Parts: sequence; structure tokens; C-alpha cells
Amino acid sequence: MRLQLTLEICHLYPDLMNLYGDRGNVIALWRRCIWRGIEARVTGVSLSSSSDLSQFDILFLGGGQDREQKAICYDFARVKAPQIRKAVEDGTPFLAICGGYQLLGEYYQTGSGEKLPGLGIMDLYTVAGRKRLIGNVVAQSDLAGSGPARLVGFENHSGKTYLGRGVKPLARVLSGYGNNGEDGLEGAVYKNAVGTYLHGALLPKNPWLADWLISQALKRKYGRAEIAPLDDTLELMAQESAARRAAKR
Amino acid sequence: MRLVNWLRFLVALWLGKLAGFASRTLGRGGSSLPGKLCLLVDSGSLKRLSGQLKHGSVLVTGTNGKTTTSRVMEDIFRAAGRYVIHNRSGANLLGGVTSTFVDAASLFGRVEADIGLLETDEASIPRVAQEVNPAALVVTNFFRDQLDRFGELAHTVELVRSGLPSVRPGGILVLNADDPLAVSLGRAIPPHINVVYFGLDPNVCSSNEELSPSDAFVCPSCGGGLEYTHRFYSHLGIYRCLSCGFSRPQPDFRLTAMESEGMSGSTLEVVGPEVHPFTLRTALPGLYNAYNVLAGVAAAWSLGVCEEEIRYGVQNSVPSFGRMERVSVGDKWLNIALVKNPTGFNAVLETVASGDGSEGLMLCINDNYADGTDVSWLWDVNFEILAAVRGAKPIVTSGIRAADMAVRLKYAGVDPSRIKVEPDLEKALDMALSWVETGGGLVALPTYTAMLQLREVLRRRGLVRHFRED
Repeated sequence: MRLQLTLEICHLYPDLMNLYGDRGNVIALWRRCIWRGIEARVTGVSLSSSSDLSQFDILFLGGGQDREQKAICYDFARVKAPQIRKAVEDGTPFLAICGGYQLLGEYYQTGSGEKLPGLGIMDLYTVAGRKRLIGNVVAQSDLAGSGPARLVGFENHSGKTYLGRGVKPLARVLSGYGNNGEDGLEGAVYKNAVGTYLHGALLPKNPWLADWLISQALKRKYGRAEIAPLDDTLELMAQESAARRAAKR
Repeated sequence: MRLVNWLRFLVALWLGKLAGFASRTLGRGGSSLPGKLCLLVDSGSLKRLSGQLKHGSVLVTGTNGKTTTSRVMEDIFRAAGRYVIHNRSGANLLGGVTSTFVDAASLFGRVEADIGLLETDEASIPRVAQEVNPAALVVTNFFRDQLDRFGELAHTVELVRSGLPSVRPGGILVLNADDPLAVSLGRAIPPHINVVYFGLDPNVCSSNEELSPSDAFVCPSCGGGLEYTHRFYSHLGIYRCLSCGFSRPQPDFRLTAMESEGMSGSTLEVVGPEVHPFTLRTALPGLYNAYNVLAGVAAAWSLGVCEEEIRYGVQNSVPSFGRMERVSVGDKWLNIALVKNPTGFNAVLETVASGDGSEGLMLCINDNYADGTDVSWLWDVNFEILAAVRGAKPIVTSGIRAADMAVRLKYAGVDPSRIKVEPDLEKALDMALSWVETGGGLVALPTYTAMLQLREVLRRRGLVRHFRED
């Protein structure tokens, strides 16, 4: 008898942290499991929920507006952060976008110089910038280990993020701003946790990254990382059209 | 000195008229240039022109439904025998509004019309209101557009609020009672204005969809949490703030029943103050258009139009271009509805999905500046409804981001073999029409610049006129 593979996907604060179609990433993870016969369940975990995060195989955190980011701050820092830190140290795949990405860092420095502490899960910090960095992005990533892979998305942030020694960049920017518009880097990777400014939604247009998260989760849970290929014709067309738009900016 | 002012006004007017003549001759649709030039030479020209209207101006504003609501009102006022001027072309900033008057005025600056019907962008309300001193201000709703953040939406409400002191004494403010943000305008209004609310009865419809975070609503009065006892769609509903008591006001004009006939329109029952329930037949389909009709009826009634005239006017109101307008294409028909944000898109999809599924569907997504350059909002639209309801007919995706639209459909559960990607709009149109049976219809849902392109294709084929003439 074949083993039925099952992955539990956690969408953190789906009601508060879902700017710019971030839920598309969760839809992509879920569908790409289902299409392969992997059973997948998505659970939303928000303020009032006391779910044990160690039961999940993939964690996702989207971006939010300032008002909402403030609303989750207490719950996130006091209740969920220790569990998330443990899950990340334990190798659980985690994807954090934009505001969620910034929250994982050491601190966020506001325009007046005040340092708002982050969760310190990733060795990076963010400084408020004067200009909003907006537009299509094309970058190149070695994350999957099978040669450079293209990553496309849309960025819209004013914070500028700088990486420390404890993390690796997710990708190198070919077109667009990335983490800060200065060092040509985009996103960060620590163990199996990935932070990035790219939305769009990100995973449907970059199926390789969705598959990397899924296979890391399978490897951790079942000790096997191979997954069946899917027909990504439409996804790659969308990636190509995003790349064309980025080239024009 | 008076003579100098008068001459300056005439020069401004003539310059504007000349620019209007030139752009019409060149076949350009752009209709804000004449007004801009006129104001540049004489900044008081809009005041002088609009001040001549016998019954003053009505400004129509809000995120969704401005164009349709003002069209409905135009048809009602026409039925009532009033001579109306209206910025039909949809140029709704200060320049566009002024152009409408420049065009309507005689060579010596006389304006003969009774009433000015001015669709006005929310951000232009303070300036336009200051110049025209409206007799009425109609607010349809406030939704977050694709990229707006809450701060900007609150800011938009404040912009509209700052136009209120310019409403003339005895004037009216017509507000959507079901929208907490619109209702917040009716609190602490200047004493010289009367407020008229319109809204739905709970039996008309209800929505179980989850409140999307973009509309996850806080009380506009105190910032506390709003509790809904009933929701119509998105954040429109019956609500109350648990901390400060802010609540939905009892509407003066109520939609008490609605019978939908899918894409061909609806029959509505309306009750007003001192008015028996009366039924209206409208060719404008969908719940969102029921709101638009109700807003128009409430405003027209409050401005003295009678029931017979309202019924006749609404009956004759047909959708305008890009607002579910129906165009004949040979032995088939084409319905076009502009999509610009998740709320509007969801409302249109629900109307499409409520039909028998015999129509074709084409989704045209551009990402030019006027459309919004970020297409991620497509992931906040519930395309899942298409996978569940519609039969096996292909869905065509088109426009610059046709492939993004196709991916969204695939992940919504639409069978990929049903998704046809054709970025070229004209080819996509022909392809989609080829799958429609004789006598059947195609629904096209374009973003703004895709809509203009689609219109251009239809104009070339002689199916619609240029929008300046329509």
C-alpha cells in the first residue's frame, strides 16, 4: 500500500495580514499539493487562536498595513514568536512576504530613529526610507540548488532591509529595487525560512519556489523530497509577461 | 474693471471652445483640455457658468457607481422635462466638469440648462463644490480601490466632507445608509443641509462571504469594532458599533424587493417617505446597479421629481459603455462591464454566474498606469465562483496580463483546458465570439485601458460611436 502523504499548511493572521493578494500563495501551495495527490489542509491561525504551531508542515505570513501590523504585534511577539522560532530552527518551511518579512528581523527603525524590535528570527534589520519602492521585479535565485532560477514579482515598500551574516540572500535583482535598492539583493533565507518583498502573488508565478517549499516539507516529515512534475505552461507564461513588464520600467 | 473681467471670461470661454472644436476634429476623446484652458485664463469661469443653472447642480461621487447613478438621474430628469447638462464622457475632474459647461454655453457665455448633473471624482469634490455650490451631493459608496491603503480611504472620505460647507442652503446630501463610511459623512453636517439616506431591506439579499481584510471594518466614528447583523455585499449591510453606538440609520428610501432577470435587468420595489411602494423595471443588471438606481431615485425624488417621471426615466435608462452596456455584434450580443477593484469584480462575477451559463466570458487585464500597475488584486477576487457554476464553455483571457489572469483561473479550479490565452484584444474578441451560439451573448470584463481599446475595436467596426458623441 502506498503511503498517503499529508501536509498541514498554516496561514498566519489571514484576516489581518493579507495585502496585495497574499492569499494566492497559500492557494498555490494547496493546489500544487492536491494536483499531486498529496493531501493538504490549510488552517488560518489568528489573534484569538491558541493552535500549537508545531503541528504544521508549512507556515505562511503575508504583509499588512501599519494599523494591522500593530494589531498583531502583541500576540505575535508574546504568543506565537517562541513557537515560530522553534519551528524555523527545526527546519519547518516558512514563507514571509513584505511586512511579514520585516517582522522576522531584529528591528525596524522609524523615520525618527526609534527602533521597534522585531522577532529576531532572521539576522536582518529594516530602516524606514523616504521613497516608496514600487514596481515589477526580476531576480535570480540559487535557492533550489539546480542552477539559477528566475523569480518575478511586484514590490511596494518604503522600508529598506539590510542582511546580516546569519542569513543568505534569496536572490540577486536583475531589474527593480529588492531589499533596499542599493546592494542588489532580494529577500533572505535562514534554514528553510524564506522572506521576500515580492508579491504578485509570488508562488503561482514562480512555481519552482512553491515546489521547493513543498519538497522541503515532505523531506522533513517523510524523509523524501521528490515530487512529481506538473504542467506549468500558464505559470511560465505569466512569469514571462511579468519579466517583460519589469524590463520596461 | 467689470468689463475687463467680462472680456477675460469670454477669451477663456472661446479658447476652451476652440480647444474642444480642435480635439473633436482630430477625433480625440480627451475632454478635459477645454475646461483646463478656460480655467487657466479665468479661474472664476466655472462659477460664472454654473451659476446660471435654474435648479443648480447635482454632484455624484463615490468609489463605484458614479457613472451609472448619474446616467440614471439624467434619464429621470429628462423624463421630467428638465433640460440637463451632464459630463457624460466621464471626464470627472475639475477640468472635465468645466469642459461640460464650456461646451454647453453660448458664444456669449449663456447657459440655458435647468440642472447640471456632474459625476465628480472624490478628490475633486472640494474644488468643484466650491465653484458650483451644488443643490445636492450624492455619495454612492466608499470602497478601497486596488492599491489604496486604509489611510487613503479615510482621507478620501475627508476630502468629500470638506466639500459639504459649499452645498447651498437648503441643499441635500444623499447617502448610502448601508455603507458606514458614507454614513459617517452625515454626522455633524453643517446645519443648512438635509440628509437623505437610501438602503436595502434585509430580505432583498444577504451575503455570507467572509469580510475581506481590505474591508474588515472599524467604526468610522470611534475606531472600535463594527458588528453586522446583516450583510448585503462586501461591507454594505446593517451594522452597529459596540463601543460608541454609531449605527446604520433608518433609510428614507428603501429597496423592499428585487427580482433579478440575470443579465437583462431587474424589477425593483421602492418605498420612500410619503410614497406608496412602487415598482420599477430596469435594464441595469445586478445588485450593485439596484443600489445605483435607488441612489438616483432618492436624489431625484428629493429634488422634486414625481413617481411617474421617475418610473419612466428608470425604464428608459440603459447601461452606458463599459457598464454592462449591450452591443449587437452581428447575430450575437456583447455585454461589457469595467472592472477596477475586487469588490466591483466580485459583484459582476456574481451577476454573470447567476445566469444559465450560456454566455461566453472574456477577461481583459491590462496593467497600465490607469489600470493599476500591480495585478496582485486579482488574487482577492473570488474567481472560484466560475469553477463551480459555469459549464464547459471556454473562458478567454486577454490584455497585457492575460497570462496572470489565466493562472488565477487555473488556481481557482477552472479546468486549464477551458482557459484560452490571447493577449491581443481584437483576436481574443473574435475567438470568444466564435464560441457563442447565434442569438447568444458574450460578457467581456476589461480593466480601464482594456475597455478603451475594446471600444476602439468596436468603433472601427462601426458598432459603437466615439464616446464624445454618445
